[in-house]
Amino acid sequence: MPNPLNPNAKKQRIDDLAAQAGGGAAVLTVDDAGHIEESTGVSLIASAWRRLRRNPVFLLGAGITLLFILLAIFAPLIAPHDPSKGLLLDQVRPQSNPVPGAQPGYPLGADTSGRDVLSRLIVGSRQTLIVGVFATLFGLAGGLSLGILAGAFSGWVDSLVMRIVDVMLSIPSLLLAVSIAALASRPSQWTVIIAIATVQVPIFARLLRGSMLAQRSSDHVLAARALGVKKSAIVFRHMLPNSLGPVIVQATLVIAGAIIDAAALSFLGLGNPDDRKPEWGQMLGKAQNNIFDNPALAVWPALCIITVALGFTLMGESLREALDPKSRR
Amino acid sequence: MLRFILRRLLQMVGVVFVLSLLVFLWLRSLPGGTVSAILGEKATPARRAALEKALGLDQPLYVQYWEFAKRAATGQFGSSTGVQPGVDAMQVFIQRFPATLELSFFALLFAIALGIPLGYMAARRRASWFDNLSVVGSLIGVAVPVFFLAFLLKYFFAINLHWLPVSGRQDSSIDATRVTDFFVLDGILTREWDAAWDALKHLLLPSLALATIPFAVIFRITRASVLDVMDEDYVRTAESKGLTNKVIRGRHILRNALLPVVTTIGLQTGGLLVGAVLTERVFSWGGIGEAVAVAFTRRDYAVLQVCILMAAITFVIVNLLVDIAYAVIDPRVRTR
Repeated sequence: MPNPLNPNAKKQRIDDLAAQAGGGAAVLTVDDAGHIEESTGVSLIASAWRRLRRNPVFLLGAGITLLFILLAIFAPLIAPHDPSKGLLLDQVRPQSNPVPGAQPGYPLGADTSGRDVLSRLIVGSRQTLIVGVFATLFGLAGGLSLGILAGAFSGWVDSLVMRIVDVMLSIPSLLLAVSIAALASRPSQWTVIIAIATVQVPIFARLLRGSMLAQRSSDHVLAARALGVKKSAIVFRHMLPNSLGPVIVQATLVIAGAIIDAAALSFLGLGNPDDRKPEWGQMLGKAQNNIFDNPALAVWPALCIITVALGFTLMGESLREALDPKSRR
Repeated sequence: MLRFILRRLLQMVGVVFVLSLLVFLWLRSLPGGTVSAILGEKATPARRAALEKALGLDQPLYVQYWEFAKRAATGQFGSSTGVQPGVDAMQVFIQRFPATLELSFFALLFAIALGIPLGYMAARRRASWFDNLSVVGSLIGVAVPVFFLAFLLKYFFAINLHWLPVSGRQDSSIDATRVTDFFVLDGILTREWDAAWDALKHLLLPSLALATIPFAVIFRITRASVLDVMDEDYVRTAESKGLTNKVIRGRHILRNALLPVVTTIGLQTGGLLVGAVLTERVFSWGGIGEAVAVAFTRRDYAVLQVCILMAAITFVIVNLLVDIAYAVIDPRVRTR
């Protein structure tokens, strides 16, 4: 929770999360009977898992996420029609009733190009998952590199990296994403992914630096240094693995944000213009152009996005709570 | 106290410097580069060459940055090419600033007025159905794309039910006197009550849409912070010395729990601008958010650089003010 002593809560929240991983390697816990047991890093995860298994919020989130991933993997097998073919094109009437409604074989009707909406939603889960996962992975990669740089070397490298991170945090997130997307002369799925990933870089970097700083003065790192272990080995084998907990939690939450942001980019006209491979954010963004004529075209992808984003958020939040040392009482 | 403010001011200078460097590099790497950014993409080669020379693009990079910084410091960012063609970009920003400020103010008002009491109540009834429901509700609030919510509100309350106006800040049939460019305030100052009422009706839907995310954040921080404070020793002490519940809740719990909430509110300025870009677009609000949205679709880089720079600077200044206010409220901060 934000420490009231620190004036800057956004940074503080990130740093707090980082601190939660502190220790990690060996934790002394007192069980109900009063026995003191020394548990290893593995059992920290195990104890988190014990609590998660009984947490209905986590189970709901994980269930939604699992369904979504399965849907994305088997999408082409499940979808009743080809999502890129205008099968009902002859029924599209620009004047009175603009899109073909629900009919046998097409339970959700078709879009303005006569393509089956249900099939597009099912197949769209795949691209949506790709956007969410890759935006997070790229953000993670950038954030980890900067965070390791700042966490491993103190002094001017640390200050320089953190100043840049602070500036990136001061630009409103979507504005930053859209600025990055504008750098590409032709927008595509990958410019969307890179734009969203860039926004995540400073958040991951700050998070990782914080938890690595906590590691630097911990006993096992001091011991390794005293034994004369190489600096690179200390950083990568001793500090990094123990600092990853809060970063992984954040990554779960970022996937949800990335899917929503992709929709916002598409709404602002900076999304992927090629809609042969559907993506929910793109479907929602494009449907806004004539939402008052065909609200259903926006409502279905929006419902999908909300459900999946909620699934990842519920999972991430309950993970965070489970890994929080405070809730381990 | 003075040293605290000075130190934060110095930090701010550093942030603004790096920020200007980033915006400079960003402009240089846009497709077409700075010349297209100022003249637009259809400029003649002769004009491009003239501007390139005038801007000193043949000079080394650090000289170019120095020139850019000098122009930026005096507010010269060139003319708008897409949002309001021909108008000075800084002027575009200044004209539209009150609209966004008014919208953000009301959105923040909603978020605070709902978020703090609900957060407090949820924490007091921890793990009750009310608590669980409101926590899940706040998570759904974050999961709904802002522009979709804006469209839903517009669709039901403005288009279907005709309860509220569809778009804009004020009905064009109303001849209101402008004093401050904050329409509600203008109506009150000039005692044109119908104008103020009409402006309020226009504000309701967009500010509700804009309020969702700050509301969710303020709600959750308040809840978490009240839960933290309720466990504190001084609350137990207050209870054991027999203070009334009213005094304990007001003076011991709420007052201390609100400290982190103050900071959170300051941090919402960035989020509000993001939301404004999307909400203003849906409601044709005519503020900075809409200008940014239009500027991106029409590649109006002059307006964009002003908006990005000013948005970030506003964010930094608001947070500086919040930090100072914070140091006044909580003396423990000053010593750090």
